[in-house]
Amino acid sequence: MVSKNEPILPQRKIIIVAGHYGAGKTNIAVNLALHMSSYDSVSLIDFDTVNPYFRAADAKEELIAAGVRPIIPEYANTNVDIPSLPPETASVFVGDGRAIFDVGGDEGAIALGVYEKDIKACGYDMIYVVNMYRPLTATPEDAVFILREIEEYSRLRFTGIVNNSNIGRETAPSDIIASIPYADRISELTGLPLLFTSILWDKGLCKNTIPRPFYIKNETKQLF
Amino acid sequence: MPKVLMKGNEAIAEAAINAGCLHYFGYPITPQTEISEYLAKRLPKVGGVLIQAESEIAAINMVLGASAAGVRAMTSSSSPGISLKSEGISYLVGCDLPAVIVNVQRGGPGLGGIQPSQADYYQATKAYGHGDMRLIVLAPSTVQEMATLTGEAFDLADIYRTPVIILADGAIGQMMEPVDFSERKPREIPPKDWACTGHGGTRKRNIINSLMLDPEALEKSVRERFERYKKIEETEVKYERFMTDDADIICVAFGIASRICKSAVTAAREKGIKAGLLRPITLWPFPKAAIAEAANTAKAFLSVELSMGQMVDDVKLACECRRPVEFFGRTGGVLPSPAEVTAKIEAIAAQL
Repeated sequence: MVSKNEPILPQRKIIIVAGHYGAGKTNIAVNLALHMSSYDSVSLIDFDTVNPYFRAADAKEELIAAGVRPIIPEYANTNVDIPSLPPETASVFVGDGRAIFDVGGDEGAIALGVYEKDIKACGYDMIYVVNMYRPLTATPEDAVFILREIEEYSRLRFTGIVNNSNIGRETAPSDIIASIPYADRISELTGLPLLFTSILWDKGLCKNTIPRPFYIKNETKQLF
Repeated sequence: MPKVLMKGNEAIAEAAINAGCLHYFGYPITPQTEISEYLAKRLPKVGGVLIQAESEIAAINMVLGASAAGVRAMTSSSSPGISLKSEGISYLVGCDLPAVIVNVQRGGPGLGGIQPSQADYYQATKAYGHGDMRLIVLAPSTVQEMATLTGEAFDLADIYRTPVIILADGAIGQMMEPVDFSERKPREIPPKDWACTGHGGTRKRNIINSLMLDPEALEKSVRERFERYKKIEETEVKYERFMTDDADIICVAFGIASRICKSAVTAAREKGIKAGLLRPITLWPFPKAAIAEAANTAKAFLSVELSMGQMVDDVKLACECRRPVEFFGRTGGVLPSPAEVTAKIEAIAAQL
């Protein structure tokens, strides 16, 4: 039994990180992979067919250094504008270890259909990453609407919620605290558990203010 | 309204709606597709219209039609798609129609690539269409400015009856930053008594047209338009200065390159080099006077661009050869690193 102050981390073999565009899926997926690599064999699949830049492939070196196996499309971060999926993806369903899928936003979840049967056969957790400060998921109702859309696109069902509410570098602890009722309401509307609330390491929030805190680093590529 | 976290492309889309633009026409292209993606979700909720046209050429001509009917209209694309729009842009100018055209630049020439670029500077500031013409060109450097300058673009377009270009790049289009949409106050807009809104037999009809049968009449209309350009050059120049007052070396950079330069200038200052940054926000009208004034005290200029060097020509013209003007850039979709720019500043400092 996990206490209310501990994050609930996904337990099944396949972990799908999905959500609205810009919700912070890639950052959560990379942080989960780095965290889980300390006790498990983990592959991270850059499964984003939507985003031209800012993707899991950017963290490739760090992932390899941590013992994570990155599976990255051949054309990620090149000039090729053809969404393609890495063929090595198929290997994660037959091998040992766990696999984290970093999926593109909204309609990007359509790509999961390719492996629908394998994902269901292996058993999966699908986590809904949500940010209250993104305008199209600003209310719990809007967030649930997009959650249902992604379930239709992917033909899979979400199993938990991750509250990743932030406004980038300007995020104040009060912004995260203000998102707690929002995340609780999404959990209530969907019947899905809140797995954790993400907090950047340098924000220094104590565990008593935020339910199920999961401390993360900003893994987004810095341009300047 | 509280701050929200947005991609640069989304900020343009939301700012357009805030500016009362309910008519968008476009054709998808990376890295700007989020503009139409976002508007496709939002416009139907606010009574607007989005048409995914059959081509970029169709889209710009739909903008012309909507603008002639007196509404605020916008199109957006990325480099190759903008080239296709150039005929329509010239027609908009010839018709004295306001419009906002967004270019989220990618690497070229040709189909080029999908990574960020600023290599359309010449095209945007000198030749977005044929004929004697100018366009106001705004260059945002933050996601916040993607929003504020989009609002400003619609106001400028209506005030001066001209198309206005937002010259962004893939990096600012794709990156996410906080935005506050209440930051900008709208300007006063003159009534659109020229628009084809239906006269009901109560007034003389309005005609929107760029064909002039009489050369004298065409010359007169061009000269009238250039009077407006003169006023724009006198009153609408925008730029930002960062640590330029005592600077020996002044970087000139716009858009994403200016963000990289800010880091480089700060690093150079830590090494004891008096560096600064002058960031043009309007690329046309270009901040000529500000650069000429800076040339009174600075010893050298460094133009930093995501291209082989285009704006550097305007910097040279503005300081009238009184100071050396150097260039550093990466092209083809490659971003210069702050360290590369700092190294170039150090190299210039060593020669002073």
